Amino acid sequence: MSAPSAAPGRPAFADVEVGAALPARSVPVTRADLVRYAGASGDRNPIHWDERFARSVGLPDVIAHGMYTMALAGQLVADWAGDPGAVVSYTTRFTNPVVVDAEHGALVEIGGVVAARDEDARTVQVDLTVTCAGAKVLGRARAVVRLP
Amino acid sequence: MSTSSGIDASFAGRAYPATRPYEVGREELREFAETVGAAHPAHSDPDAARALGYPDVIAPPTFAVKIAQMADRQFVTDPAAGIDYSRVVHGEQSFTHHRPIVAGDRLEAVLHVDSVREVRGTAMVTTRNEIRTVAGEPVSTVVSMLVVRAAG
Repeated sequence: MSAPSAAPGRPAFADVEVGAALPARSVPVTRADLVRYAGASGDRNPIHWDERFARSVGLPDVIAHGMYTMALAGQLVADWAGDPGAVVSYTTRFTNPVVVDAEHGALVEIGGVVAARDEDARTVQVDLTVTCAGAKVLGRARAVVRLP
Repeated sequence: MSTSSGIDASFAGRAYPATRPYEVGREELREFAETVGAAHPAHSDPDAARALGYPDVIAPPTFAVKIAQMADRQFVTDPAAGIDYSRVVHGEQSFTHHRPIVAGDRLEAVLHVDSVREVRGTAMVTTRNEIRTVAGEPVSTVVSMLVVRAAG
């Protein structure tokens, strides 16, 4: 199999240095988004859409699916790489819940920095910083992506 | 043996038979991608996916969790395992993709319960799903750590 060729809008492995920052973004999250994610993912746990249920099990309010937050954060890397199939690994801890207010929703802030390069695999590791209302919601979030 | 959280620690090390084949469809991938804000045309346009060298539209990087969570239910909802799902929160998640999931894939998951640990009434359960095609080609390894909070 030949190496993928560099494409317009895609960062080339040779040009990416450790310490480079990916463009940060803020993603608003609403209750409607959580209902849609519940449907698309099959994760129908009521803590993600039923406020009364969430409170009854000791949560402050409805919280986002951890996997929804992880998916939103991973998009930063997939979009930057220009090929969503180039993400070869992605891992995180869920350190704080994203609490989604019925009226105001929540705002998830996502940033990423290139933390390592692998010359043989032509991959880079991107460490993600993901916060909501000032709290870190993902911990040790890192994605490894193959670049042309 | 039951832990003080009520979870049966003897499930650790257990492997389950492969799940029945999961057929991945184009419309499902398009919908999942749209839901998580994955706007790349490789998720919805077969020609765009082929231009990147894939045989058909591809899944976003976290789509595999859908198949893994279905497989996890064999363990998580087994009354013998003793897990109170209303007290479960997600602790950690990891994906290793051997290749992207592609529309038309027929996938099966082999669930492993890698560990069951408990600290002061809070249990941590780690599952690993090896997702492969029905022909045996490895596709994704999905590791999930679930935290079962102590009863309040």
